[in-house]
Amino acid sequence: MSLLEARGVVGGYGEADILHGVDLTVAPGQVVVVIGPNGAGKSTLMKAVAGLVRVRQGSIRFGGEEIANRPAEGMVARGLAYVPQERNVFPSLTVEENLAMGAFVRPAAVAEGIARVHAIFPELREKRRVPAGSLSGGQRQMVAVGRALMLEPRLIMLDEPTAGLSPRFCGLIFDKVREIAAGGTAVLMVEQNARPALAIADRGVVLAMGRNRAEDAGPALLANPEIGRLFLGG
Amino acid sequence: MLELLNFYLIPGLVLGAIYALAAAGVSLVYGVMRFANFMHGDMMTWGAYAALVAVLALGISPWVALPFAVAATIPVAWAADAAFFGRLRRAAPAVLLISSFGAALMIRAVVYFVFGPTPQNYGQGLVPPLLFGEVRIQQRHLFILAGAALAALALHLLLARTRAGRAMRAMADDPDLARVTGVPVAGVIRLTWAVAAALAAIAGTFLAIDTELTPMLGFNVLLAAFAAAILGGIGRPWGAALGGLLLGLAEELSSYPFLAGEPLLQPAYKTAVAFAVLVLVLIFRPQGLFRGMG
Amino acid sequence: MEPFALYFATILTLAGIYAALTLGLNLQWGLTGLMNFGPLAFVAVGAYTSAILTVGGSAQHLGGFGWPWWLAWPLAALAGALLALPIGAISLRLRADYLAIATIGIAEILRLIVRNEDWLTGGPLGIPGIPRPFEGLGLPWGQFAYLALVAAVVAGLYAMAQATARSPFGRTLRAIRDDEEAAKAAGKNPAAFRLQAFVLGAACMGLAGAMLAHFFKFMGPDALDPVTATFLVWVMLIAGGSGNNLGAILGAVAVWALWAATDWLAGQLPGELATRAAYVRLFLIGLALQLILLYRPQGLIGERPPRPA
Repeated sequence: MSLLEARGVVGGYGEADILHGVDLTVAPGQVVVVIGPNGAGKSTLMKAVAGLVRVRQGSIRFGGEEIANRPAEGMVARGLAYVPQERNVFPSLTVEENLAMGAFVRPAAVAEGIARVHAIFPELREKRRVPAGSLSGGQRQMVAVGRALMLEPRLIMLDEPTAGLSPRFCGLIFDKVREIAAGGTAVLMVEQNARPALAIADRGVVLAMGRNRAEDAGPALLANPEIGRLFLGG
Repeated sequence: MLELLNFYLIPGLVLGAIYALAAAGVSLVYGVMRFANFMHGDMMTWGAYAALVAVLALGISPWVALPFAVAATIPVAWAADAAFFGRLRRAAPAVLLISSFGAALMIRAVVYFVFGPTPQNYGQGLVPPLLFGEVRIQQRHLFILAGAALAALALHLLLARTRAGRAMRAMADDPDLARVTGVPVAGVIRLTWAVAAALAAIAGTFLAIDTELTPMLGFNVLLAAFAAAILGGIGRPWGAALGGLLLGLAEELSSYPFLAGEPLLQPAYKTAVAFAVLVLVLIFRPQGLFRGMG
Repeated sequence: MEPFALYFATILTLAGIYAALTLGLNLQWGLTGLMNFGPLAFVAVGAYTSAILTVGGSAQHLGGFGWPWWLAWPLAALAGALLALPIGAISLRLRADYLAIATIGIAEILRLIVRNEDWLTGGPLGIPGIPRPFEGLGLPWGQFAYLALVAAVVAGLYAMAQATARSPFGRTLRAIRDDEEAAKAAGKNPAAFRLQAFVLGAACMGLAGAMLAHFFKFMGPDALDPVTATFLVWVMLIAGGSGNNLGAILGAVAVWALWAATDWLAGQLPGELATRAAYVRLFLIGLALQLILLYRPQGLIGERPPRPA
C-alpha cells in the first residue's frame, strides 16, 4: 500500500493555478525524486501536500487519510515532515532550539530526538548553542533536515536540499537521504541536481507546466535519452 | 552630583522602566503578528483605569490592584483580535495598523465615557521619600523599579525557557515554518496578546501611579514606546526593554542643567526626546541597537 | 432662514477644508501607500504660516507682515511641503510603519512648539484677528463667498490630483505601492517617488490649514483636537474609497455631514449627557471604520485605475 497518494491535484496561489492535475505516489521507505524545469510546479506540489497551498481539485491521501487543505499545523503529528527550500531554519533560535521545534507537538520526545539527530549529523552537536542564522549554508541544511527528522516521520519532504551547497555537502546530503530511507522514513525530494539525485532514487517523477510528463525507476529515467535531452541538460 | 542622581537619574530610570514594559509589549506584537499595534497605548490606559476601579471598589492599594488591571486588559486585547485584527490577518500590515488605530479610539471613547476627561489619581497621598544617606528615593519609584524588573524577568523566562515562548520566537522568525513544525498559530497569537496586554496594564498602572490618570495616559507615551522598540530593534522585546530604559534616562537627563545652569532642553520639550531618538535611529541604525528576540 | 443658510455654509466650508485634507492624504495613502498619522502637523504649519503672514502686528506673537491671503496661502502649502521633506527623506526609505510612527512624532513636536513658542505662535493664547477673505461683503454673502473660494480651491486640488493620478508619475506611484520589487526592476527609485508624493500631499494639507485658520479667524493650540481630526480624515478617505479622488471628496463631505449632524443631535441633550454623547459618537465612528475595513475595504467608490490617456 502506498504511503502518499496524490491524484489529479489542481491548485496554486490566489487565482492562478500552478498544478493542473498532478499524480504522485510514494511507498513506505521509498526515495522519490521530482525533477522538471523551473515553474513546473515541483515546490508547489510539496506545499500542497504540506498544507501551505490551497488544493482546488483532486485528492491527497497520506496513510489512507485525506489531507488536502488540512491545516499545515497538523501534518507533523501525522508523521509528515517538510523542509522548505529557503528559510528552513529559525535564524534567531539556537541549533538545539531549532531541533526542539521539530518535536514541538510531542515535547516528551525532544531529548531522544536530539540524540538521534546528533548521531546522523555529528557536526550539530558542537554547534548546539549557536543561533541557526549564523551557520553556513550546509550546516543550516543539516539543522533543517535534522529538525524534520525529530519525530521519526513516515515521510520527509525535502525541497531542493542541495541548492547552493558545495559538492562535498551535496554528496553528504544524498548519502544521508539513503541513510534516512534505510531507517524506514520515505523521502520525497525536489532536485535541480537531477542526475545525482536520480541515481539514488527508487522512483523519479518528471513534471512540466504543472503536469506529469514521465515516471520511472530512478536509473531508468537517467538512461532514457529523451528525458536526458529534455530535462537533464543532454 | 547628588542632585543629578536624586532628581534626574532615578526618575529617568523609573520612566525608562515604564517605557521598557510598554516597548516590550509593542515589540512582541510586532514580532509575532507583524504590525505596529497603535492600540497598545490605550491598552495601558485601560489597565490603569481598571486598577482604579479595583482601588475604589475594594479599598486596596494600586500595587495590589495590578492583577485586576491585567485581568481586565487581556479580554480587551482578545476581543479586538477576534473582532478585527484576526479577520484582517491576510490584509496588508498597513490595514492592521489603521484598524488598531481605530480600536485605540474605541477604547479611549469608553474610558472617556465612563471616567470623563478630568485627571484622577489612586489617592495614595504623600509618602515621605526613603533616605539612604544623601540618596533619596520615592517609595513608589522603588516599587516601580522592582515591579518592572520582575515583569522583565518573567518575560525573559517565558521567551527563553518555555515551550510556549519558543513557539512565539519561532513565529516571529518565520510564521510559515512555525506552522509546518506544528505550532498552533491561533493559540500562540492568543498568548501573545495576553502577554502584551499584561505588560501594557502593568506599564499603564505604574505610569498612573507615578503621574496621574487621564484618558490620554497611554496614547501620550505611544511614540516613546515605539521609539524605544525601534531603538532596540523592533520585534525583539528584550532590545525594546533596553531601548525604553535608555530613552527614559535620556528624557530626564535632557533637562539637567549641564550648560552652566541652563537645561540642555527646556523641560516643556522633554517628550520631544523620544522623537529625536527615533529620528537618529532611523537615520543611523534602522535595524536597532540590539539583536535577537528573547 | 438666514441662520440656517449660514449654518449650512459653515458645515459645507468645513467639509470643503476636510476634502482638501483628504485629497492630500489620498495622494499619500491612496495612491502611494504612505501612512501619515500626523496630517494635523501639516495643517498646523500651514495655518500658522498663513496666520502670521496676514495678521497685523502684535506683541503677543510674530506678525505685522500684513500680506494678502492669496499670497500667503501658497506659502502655507509650501510650509507643509517643507515640513514633509526631511521627515519623508528620513523614514520613507525604511519600512512603511516607520513613517506612521514618525508622523505621530512630528505632530507631537508641532503641538509642543505651538504651545511653547509664544513669540512665534502666541502660545496658548493663539493668534486672533486673522482676516477672512470677502469679510467686507458682510453676512451672509461674505461667508457664501468664502465657501465658494474653498470650493474653488478643492476643485483645483481635485483637478491636480486627477492629473497626477493619470500621469506617468501617478502610474509609477501605484506600481510602487502594489509591487515595489517589480517597480525597482523597471528602474524606478521608489524612495524618490514616495518622497514626492508625500511632499505633494503635505502641501495640500498645509493649504487646508490656511483655509481653516482664515475661516476660524483664529488659530490656537486647541483649535483642533489632533487625534479626533486625524482619525476623521482617515475615516473620510477609507469610507470614500482610498485611491479615488472623487471618493476622497465624497467621503469627506459625507463623514463631515454625519459628524456635524450627530454633533447637533448631541447638543440637544442636557449638559452632562451631551458630553457623554460625544464619546459615544467617537466610539461609533471607530466602529464604523472597522466595519468598512472588514466589509467594504474599497469604500463607497473603490479605486478605478484610470484609462490610459
